[in-house]
Amino acid sequence: MNIRSFAAALAVTVALPFTAANATDLEVTHWWTSGGEAAAVKELATAFDATGNKWVDGAIAGSGGTARPIMISRITGGDPMGATQFNHGRQAEELVQAGLMRDFTDLAKAEGWDKIVRPASLLKSCTFNGKVYCVPLNIHSWQWLWLSNDAFKKAGVAVPKNWDEFVAAAPALQKAGIQPLAVGGQAWQSTGLFSTLVVAIGGKDIYQKVYGDKDAKLAAGPEMAKVFKAADDARKMAKGTNVQDWNQATNMVITGKAGGQIMGDWAQGEFQLAGKKAGVDYTCLPGLGVNEVISTAGDAIYFPVLKDAAKTKAQEVLASTLLASKTQVAFNLKKGSLPVRGDVDLTAANDCMKKGLDILAKGNVVTSTDQLITQDTQKQLEDLMSQFFANASMTPEDAQKRFAAIFGKAD
Amino acid sequence: MAAHSQPGRPNQLFRNLNSKIASIPMILTAVVIFLGGTIWTVTYSFTNSKLLPRLNFVGFEQYERLWDTPRWIVSIQNLATYGCLSLIFSLTIGFLLAALMDQKIRFENTFRTIFLYPFALSFIVTGLVWQWLLNPEFGVQSVVRSLGWTSFTFDPLYNSDIVIYGILLAALWQGTGLVMCLMLAGLRGIDEDIWKAARVDGIPMWKTYLFIVIPMMRPVFVTTLVLITSGIVRVYDLVVAQTSGGPGIASDVPAKYVYDYMFFAQNLGQGFAASSMMLLAIAIVIIPWAYLEFGGRKRG
Repeated sequence: MNIRSFAAALAVTVALPFTAANATDLEVTHWWTSGGEAAAVKELATAFDATGNKWVDGAIAGSGGTARPIMISRITGGDPMGATQFNHGRQAEELVQAGLMRDFTDLAKAEGWDKIVRPASLLKSCTFNGKVYCVPLNIHSWQWLWLSNDAFKKAGVAVPKNWDEFVAAAPALQKAGIQPLAVGGQAWQSTGLFSTLVVAIGGKDIYQKVYGDKDAKLAAGPEMAKVFKAADDARKMAKGTNVQDWNQATNMVITGKAGGQIMGDWAQGEFQLAGKKAGVDYTCLPGLGVNEVISTAGDAIYFPVLKDAAKTKAQEVLASTLLASKTQVAFNLKKGSLPVRGDVDLTAANDCMKKGLDILAKGNVVTSTDQLITQDTQKQLEDLMSQFFANASMTPEDAQKRFAAIFGKAD
Repeated sequence: MAAHSQPGRPNQLFRNLNSKIASIPMILTAVVIFLGGTIWTVTYSFTNSKLLPRLNFVGFEQYERLWDTPRWIVSIQNLATYGCLSLIFSLTIGFLLAALMDQKIRFENTFRTIFLYPFALSFIVTGLVWQWLLNPEFGVQSVVRSLGWTSFTFDPLYNSDIVIYGILLAALWQGTGLVMCLMLAGLRGIDEDIWKAARVDGIPMWKTYLFIVIPMMRPVFVTTLVLITSGIVRVYDLVVAQTSGGPGIASDVPAKYVYDYMFFAQNLGQGFAASSMMLLAIAIVIIPWAYLEFGGRKRG
């Protein structure tokens, strides 16, 4: 293996001067660093290398929060990479406005992206002023409740089918010494949990009006008060989790130390890695079993404007490679996310993924928070939610007042 | 260099020309980077810059929002608590350790090494070590519980009310060694004859320390004070490593607020406003002190 790769490297060095015209190195930065994610990225690299170019992996460890500032400072600082990951939506908005990102409208027209990408909102969040600036890669959704069947068996109650049953089962779980709900200490986790509650308890319309239209009056109203009541329940059920990372919290569910976790579908990778089977060892409830709706967030690849002509050409090749059916299937099966095209074959998907595909086919989707609110608003919500979840003396009414105030000022 | 030091009356500007040329880079650094950067930051704190700096002035809007934000208020309170206690305790403990060390004990070198050793670790490592020690599941709490005292609870990092003391504990563990060394150096600088004179006069040892030795150690105290204070204001990495501001926002500090709003929230204006407030706070402490320290000497 080593000798072979060494030989390959040698061959590349020798061949480079002659093939420089069509073999171009393109650095791609991203924050996919966990086991399953790295395997998925490898699929992308293989597909891109097969086009005669070379994928230079620029993985940045430590999740999006750490990686994005590094990426942004490289782009604004005049040292852009060939391509980079962002989440769909408003994270790269200003970079596009500043003219630092490359316009892919021609390629999108030529390949008919508007016909193959589903749901259409994904391409819409790549579009600014009628021009396409990024390639949607996958769909991740937040609205999932993961339950440990073992934990409920131990507590002697049936596995809940929706959020209310789960709340009702909490005392039995506690009695059996099981943490009812696992919520990691990082701020984005409680914030995501809350937005999931808004979709599930409040419903699609409320969610769209509050997060999308920034309706501060509705955010202060009685419908949202119900959501805050549910958040209060969640807070009581989550008390005493004492872990930080999301995968540690997922691990509590896997080992039956916790009853459930509200987390995006990336949690599924952890269950798979632990050799657990959907429906047998764990149960997944999209939309908390109340409103079967999922959001269509996910990852997209953006291409900074480059001066090098060969690399600019390679960017186009990469863009069409990412959307090719074969790449979409290979990547998303490893990643546990849903493909952005509806016309690909996913028979290998597991039960939970199939549930997600079903909901997607029915069109029960909402736009994700990443696409609706700015990072500034997101951070303010994180500050509020992490305080609310950590501090039992903060009443739901107080939290709602501040929640409404944030949306009153949001843009 | 010798050529320039010849007698005569050269132009004032060209005196010590070499050393003046040599210090140009540092002068430029100070003026352009420190002063220029400061002015730039303060200017842009009055704009509504988001991800990229833009000169779109909005007056005091960023400051109004800043002082309206509960998280900023919490971080200021935390810094005040942490700052006062850390100043008091590191000076007291540092001096006591130094005074004990000064009693001509055996194995002084060994003890000095032990006390100074934590200082060799970065705040990140210190933070991680104490995160583990204070973790109720593997740390002190679980050790004591496994000894039989099962109701024992010690989880400062998971309790919003006392989390800042958990951070203080780690900071003291890391920092007092250095304070001790500085104090010890100061104590060794005191002339032996003063001790002898005090003993002849029959002054008890604690009184000698308090009324003779400590006043004589003023320069050492000033240096230590500056070192500790600057460490307090910029405390960031310790918090990030230990709690990352949690639980909730209970252990937040201003530096972390600045970083989060500049880079995570992509709101430069807000981050600049917060950092300008930090600068103002430091200026309020430093300027009167510098005036007393340096202004007074010139007159005297």
